[in-house]
Amino acid sequence: MDHWKRVNNPYDDDKVIAACSLFGMMDTSGRRFSGGDIITAIANMHERGNGLGGGFAVYGLYPQYAEHYAFHVMYLNEAARREAESLLEDGFRVALAEPVPTRKIRAIENSPLVWRYFLEVRIQDRQTLSHDDYVLDKVMRINTGVRDAFVFSSGKDMAVFKGVGYPEDIANYFRLEEYQGYLWTAHGRFPTNTPGWWGGAHPFNILDWTVNHNGELSSYGTNRRYLEMFGYHCTMQTDTEVIAYAVDLLMRRHKLPTEVVADILAAPLWSQIEREDEEKATLHTTLRQVYGSLLLNGPFTVVIAHQGEMIGLTDRIRLRPLTAATKGHMLFLSSEESAIRLVCPQLDRAWNPMGGEPIVGSLERPLGKWEPVAVKEATT
Amino acid sequence: MKSYLPPRFVIDRDAERCIACQVCVRQCSFDAHAYDEEENEIRSYEENCVGCHRCSVFCPTQALNIRLNPLSYRPNVNWRPEFIEDIIRQSEGGGVLLTGMGNDKPYRVYWDHLVLNASQVTNPSIDPLREPMELRTFLGRKPDRVELDPASLSLKTQLAPQVAIELPVLFSAMSYGAVSLNVQESLARAATEAGTLFNIGEGGLHQNLYKYANNVIVQVASGRFGVHPQYLDVARFIEIKIGQGAKPGIGGHLPGGKVSEDVAETRMIPAGTDALSPAPQHDIYSIEDLAQLIYALKEATNYTKPVCVKIAAVHNSAAIASGMVRAGADIIALDGLRGATGAAPKMIRDNVGIPIELAIASVDTRLREEGIRNQASIIAAGGFRNSADIVKAVALGADAVYIATAALIALGCTVCQQCPTGKCAWGIATTDPILSKRVNPDIGARRLVNLLRGWSLEIKEMLGGMGINALESLRGNRLHLRGVDLTDGELDVLGVRLAGR
Repeated sequence: MDHWKRVNNPYDDDKVIAACSLFGMMDTSGRRFSGGDIITAIANMHERGNGLGGGFAVYGLYPQYAEHYAFHVMYLNEAARREAESLLEDGFRVALAEPVPTRKIRAIENSPLVWRYFLEVRIQDRQTLSHDDYVLDKVMRINTGVRDAFVFSSGKDMAVFKGVGYPEDIANYFRLEEYQGYLWTAHGRFPTNTPGWWGGAHPFNILDWTVNHNGELSSYGTNRRYLEMFGYHCTMQTDTEVIAYAVDLLMRRHKLPTEVVADILAAPLWSQIEREDEEKATLHTTLRQVYGSLLLNGPFTVVIAHQGEMIGLTDRIRLRPLTAATKGHMLFLSSEESAIRLVCPQLDRAWNPMGGEPIVGSLERPLGKWEPVAVKEATT
Repeated sequence: MKSYLPPRFVIDRDAERCIACQVCVRQCSFDAHAYDEEENEIRSYEENCVGCHRCSVFCPTQALNIRLNPLSYRPNVNWRPEFIEDIIRQSEGGGVLLTGMGNDKPYRVYWDHLVLNASQVTNPSIDPLREPMELRTFLGRKPDRVELDPASLSLKTQLAPQVAIELPVLFSAMSYGAVSLNVQESLARAATEAGTLFNIGEGGLHQNLYKYANNVIVQVASGRFGVHPQYLDVARFIEIKIGQGAKPGIGGHLPGGKVSEDVAETRMIPAGTDALSPAPQHDIYSIEDLAQLIYALKEATNYTKPVCVKIAAVHNSAAIASGMVRAGADIIALDGLRGATGAAPKMIRDNVGIPIELAIASVDTRLREEGIRNQASIIAAGGFRNSADIVKAVALGADAVYIATAALIALGCTVCQQCPTGKCAWGIATTDPILSKRVNPDIGARRLVNLLRGWSLEIKEMLGGMGINALESLRGNRLHLRGVDLTDGELDVLGVRLAGR
């Protein structure tokens, strides 16, 4: 069980601390586009990382296998692959198994094997669990039970590509310019220690949720202990992990909508709640009373994505940067505006969202008809 | 009988400064000073001095200094002066040794071995003078989740009653009789002004205090003094008192001499009779009995307010607390080894119970392991001395703390431990109408509000330093604590790493 901890946090610090660059772009009409632009954009924020982690999440990636769980799995050796594959074959019908195509480049050394699998849950196996919980259980088993194997991603029609290196090198290594998707997020990392472990790079994934995170949660201990009450074990000891679990708990298990989740993770201040109308004030007060332990405190910007939706959010006093921009159906989120302008000079609009204000791009609410900002009163 | 007890204190009276004004004579309620008319001099009766400093604070010419009596016994690790004098006292009076205030023995004070974190480089500290900093805390039962109507997104979940406090500090139970009405009124006004609550203790709620009812916690203790429908109806929450940190496992005894007409009316007992609180609540001999009382009180108040259960922190607190939550307690109050009292047998006060730090940690951990931590708030009590202790308690897992000794010190108390004598020279632990006037509720409330304000500013500074702007992000956040000079076993119970790790 402690395996991840040993590789991800070899010094056994409270948590792995990292800062970074974030970028996200989504075509809310669902049109798929190549990774070329996001690679250019994230490379422009090279200075925000230190070459110890880079990664991408892509949605709408595998339309030919849209109904299959797409597993991207990293192995440090062939033995780990054989062991993990026997677990996968036990639990799933494997439609396709193949190495993820890469190209040899000088910047990436000591790369692990990365394989991808398109899997179907066998009905007789899943018993009473939902498909998602079944998959989650299998992922946890590989990650905690198989030494030297780690599941990068396990959602449908999406995948995570990540590793140790600058994000542009990781993109080059995984030949990302050859892929198409309607939603891309990217991350360049600046960890303060040097685990040098591919699994520790962002995006962090659970089912089809991905989290890119810039910041350090001073509430980590509280968040983590609260999530433990609901059966989440934060084995990787990163604050990104608690964000992912918090989102999973609130959105998937408690079925709360994005705006409400943002009001929990970056809760409105009491001084603001006191000015709201009664219904809203009651809702916000109740959320803070019940989910106070999931308030994310300390500086953060996150770009969270799942099938059909991309969310940008900062902490409520906005201690980390986030710029949002729109162009037609496109929504951009970035640590720096310059990175957006580099790939799309003529924007309809570019702005810095308020602290705690979620920016949401959704296939269900394409831009043009809908605003990317959830209806939320501006903090003054 | 000639007493063999040596004076505990020496009264230094500077003859050059003393103007024989007799302030000390009038201030001392223990008769340690007397005026000699013939010689026009003040005499000292040091055997009566309790070291409360009332005289020296009020001496207009600073002629008085009170020192420990340097009288030495032959050194003996086993037969220390305290034990020798306890035996002298008992051989002269018989009976149980009575004392007041909290345990004064050198048990480890874990607060002094826990240090807090601060942000450097990777995480900006937050300046509370320029940024919002939230201490508001809600006490009461919280559900596992919030449910919204899927269509309208309106709130479906209705929470059990919650009580908001503006800083994580409440005034702990001090009953009328144990302290004067002026003390209770000072606490009441201060709680009202500071946005917190005061606990009226087990002696009933005096008519004059009903105007502060919005900030009152009422107790239902084993003596059931002063419990009637209105008493329950006005309270913000009700506390069932099972035990007290200063005297776990035993009851209380307010001597008839302290039961004035006024105290008697408030307690609903005849004047001049002893007010006896039995050791257990005689309708609670087990956990299901507690559940019945909790729900009887909830029924009686139509489920409009939380019910708290207060226990002394003892060896099995974690398991007991878990049972209390399952029995329906919305708040649990834990009173530790150093919790104070108006009167307790010295042997009990000094030898029974466990330190509050360890109790908070083990109860919080157990409730989390069982997935029920959100179902009850934890109030910790027992010797909190300053705002840093409080921040550490919250980081260990408490929602808020009770203070009593600290509040009394703000009113003048010097922890001289003479509470059971009823002669408190500071007018605090007494029902004597003359002495009671020494606490003026206007001034008392001001001093208490000042204290709470100071602590709340300090708490905000410490939170900001840790990069936290809402207290709820510190609750149970033990990663912000490190231990210094603690054993592995102690660190394990506290759930805290050694400093440097």
